[in-house]
Amino acid sequence: MQKLRYEKPFIQKMNAGLMNKFGTRTEYEPVKQIDGVSVKSMIEKYGSPVFVISEQTIRRTYQNSVKAFKTRYPKVQFAWSYKTNYINAVCNIFHQEGSWAEVVSGFEYMKALGNGVPGNKIIFNGPEKTNEEILLAIENDSLIHIDHFDELYQLMELCDQTSKKPRVAIRVNMDTGIYPIWDRFGFNYENGSAWNALTKIAASGKMTLTGLHCHIGTYMLSSNAYAIAVNKLSDLAFNCKSQLNVTIQYLDLGGGFPSANTLRGAYLPASDTNPTIDDFAEAITSAVLNAGFKTDELPLLILETGRALIDDAGYLLGSVLANKRLSDGRRATIMDFGVNILFTSFWYEHKISPAQDFTHHTEDTVLYGPLCMNIDVVRETINLPLLNRGDQVVVHRVGAYNMTQWMQFIQMRPNVVLIDGNGQTHLIREKEDIKYIEQLEKMPTHLSTINLK
Amino acid sequence: MNLKKNIATSEAGFIFNPSTGDSFSANPMAAEILMHIKQGISIEAIKKIVLEKYDVDASQLDRDWDDFTIQLKEGNLLEN
Amino acid sequence: MDSTKPLVIAVTGLNAIDSPGPGVAVIRALRDGFGSNIRIIGLSYETLEPGIYLHDVVDKTYQIPYPSAGIDALSSRLQYIHAKENLQLLIPNFDAELYNFIKLGPTLKNMGISTFLPTMEQFEARDKINLYQFGQKHGLSVPEDRAIYSVHDLYTCAEKLGYPLVVKGKFYDAIVAYTMEQAQKAFHKLSAKWGFPIIVQQFISGTEINVAVLGDGNGNAISIIPMRKLYITDKGKAWAGITLEDDTLIELAKTFVAATKWKGGCELEIMRTATGQPFIMEINPRFPAWIYLTAASGQNQPAALAKMALGETLEPFTTYTSGKIFIRYAWDHITDISEFQQISGLGEL
Repeated sequence: MQKLRYEKPFIQKMNAGLMNKFGTRTEYEPVKQIDGVSVKSMIEKYGSPVFVISEQTIRRTYQNSVKAFKTRYPKVQFAWSYKTNYINAVCNIFHQEGSWAEVVSGFEYMKALGNGVPGNKIIFNGPEKTNEEILLAIENDSLIHIDHFDELYQLMELCDQTSKKPRVAIRVNMDTGIYPIWDRFGFNYENGSAWNALTKIAASGKMTLTGLHCHIGTYMLSSNAYAIAVNKLSDLAFNCKSQLNVTIQYLDLGGGFPSANTLRGAYLPASDTNPTIDDFAEAITSAVLNAGFKTDELPLLILETGRALIDDAGYLLGSVLANKRLSDGRRATIMDFGVNILFTSFWYEHKISPAQDFTHHTEDTVLYGPLCMNIDVVRETINLPLLNRGDQVVVHRVGAYNMTQWMQFIQMRPNVVLIDGNGQTHLIREKEDIKYIEQLEKMPTHLSTINLK
Repeated sequence: MNLKKNIATSEAGFIFNPSTGDSFSANPMAAEILMHIKQGISIEAIKKIVLEKYDVDASQLDRDWDDFTIQLKEGNLLEN
Repeated sequence: MDSTKPLVIAVTGLNAIDSPGPGVAVIRALRDGFGSNIRIIGLSYETLEPGIYLHDVVDKTYQIPYPSAGIDALSSRLQYIHAKENLQLLIPNFDAELYNFIKLGPTLKNMGISTFLPTMEQFEARDKINLYQFGQKHGLSVPEDRAIYSVHDLYTCAEKLGYPLVVKGKFYDAIVAYTMEQAQKAFHKLSAKWGFPIIVQQFISGTEINVAVLGDGNGNAISIIPMRKLYITDKGKAWAGITLEDDTLIELAKTFVAATKWKGGCELEIMRTATGQPFIMEINPRFPAWIYLTAASGQNQPAALAKMALGETLEPFTTYTSGKIFIRYAWDHITDISEFQQISGLGEL
């Protein structure tokens, strides 16, 4: 006789304030495959947990975003924000699509060069650039974005050591109605620092002032703020033209577009409320078009969006290690991934789907990671079907920042796998082993032996 | 394991504890087990029935049984 | 329309508790306006909303997912309910759910369910955070305010706005502060509870007046009823109130509707200063809980809204009775555990 499907016995107290479950079942469709490749087979082959990246999704998202801007404005260039995800295979998908590189350290700069990005298509941002790095960037004709006056003077001094004239831009911070203002980066617009920096650059005669850059915030939920930013940058550009006789070649609006992840504490799901890439494109391009540039002097529009281009393409597959009941009666489920590799769980309420069939009963659950550390909480509360040890789950939208901000803490970092456009899987970053972790350690001779008997 | 005597259970899986005023909803598996408990069937016999009828192994059922017992205790539904 | 078939209207906000939702009052006005040929479907979030158990008010209730579950969840639940009940009109009554219902409007229309709601632009423009700019734009008096993120910004606020300051949370709560110390305390308390920004508003003293307004979406105010609270609960909610006759208030509401082309019901919270100047303190984008008073004084706003939603064009009401008083009272309704189990276990009653 065919046995009936089993489900853990479970009772739930009926509270007046309890989140009611009626109509919410759609959230819990099982996700058994990604781009046609089964979750089970990937975990079998690459272990659990494992990051999975969909090449198809990256390309589709990128093409849609470029389209959103190019159909509205003639000169658009994207630059891949390395810090968002700098696994070389991922970077190269973007570079194949035509994206330049946007880096914020010498380390990232070397990665971009190593990937074959021509020096003059690398934008070098960030507050820390050593003399060696700046000289290299000058040599390669990269776009150097100056962050502060000390760097401006550093650059002027370095110009004397080389015959080349660096192409530079300044980063500008400003009040766009979004608070807190990111005034720790770049030169302030309102208090005149930005204009002061521009006049110093022009007066030095040692650099070619090519662009203006800003990056007004992160996870921006208002497209209008970008229009304000465009107006203020344009104002500087017109002043450069009229008072310094410099034509600004490009406006770099930075990044900061959100993905569809829901921020912790947000009331409504982000997929319902966040502006779309079209909203941002509309706000930015119409502001540039209406700013008053002559048609033949329209600046190139550069975008350094990272998160919105990669978040959706990344998945984390994992497995249930254990279930337990906490002292207050709540259910707790321990997963084999935690905040060590899913850093974004500090600020997102990640969507998590079971990877196998289940019945419709759900229970409020705390989702813990495997670390022996109290901070290791993936979701404070999530309404999940009843999962057993060994059951698999898919965490959605993890492509941004996790594979750069992850920590080698207690556990080692897992495999990262790419699914190509034909449904083939490729290992693009191997999981760490103890040899890899310890290779940089040195043992003083007097500590090399121990005797515990 | 005995349920408190005055606990009311319904076929739809509703449980009402008249001495505390608490109500609970049970999933079908829990409702079936509660029905057996109310009929005075022993734990071992209930487990056997479940193992024969449902697709579950004994070790999983043991773990879930312990968890279920905690839930019932938490809900103040068991005789001490 | 088949005259024998009842008009089916879904209504939310059945929580007629100490800080009441408007649903039960809306239903009472609809029943006054349409007589017996009407079927009311209650939509509830929690299992102890009194309206669920008042069977002469609500014919049948369904639980719907909380707004935080998102639009898709709400949409699929409404499809289920619509398949059973064939809804013709839906009147949402909570601030927190309106975002979803406004977004869902076109989908509902395709399903054959009418709504009569403000546009997303109207809804967002009157948000607490945007209200001052909104007032500036439309020439309406709104107390000056600032959205701040740092406790240091309180000094600028105090300088510009003067004491006392009204320190407000992003969604709810307001504390009047007479000193910097009190303002800082309020800032920390409210930011811990509601997050950022904190809104600091100029204090306006005067008489509090609420106005229930119904706009037709073309700039016409179909109905305007001003009410002064006679007695309030410790949560500041009206316990008793009286309709007023006051042309400046009517004009203010007309200006508001003409400027915004407001569509649907709303409540203007007004402070009238000693010199008689009315300031708009807040705009609630839905009917207030005291909406039945509009029906009692001669302008049945829920019934008028229902008619417009179903395609009728209405002329603005011209008269109402001033001096009508409502006095809210509490009543212990009795039900059985089986009803509670039914709504919480099966989601329908």
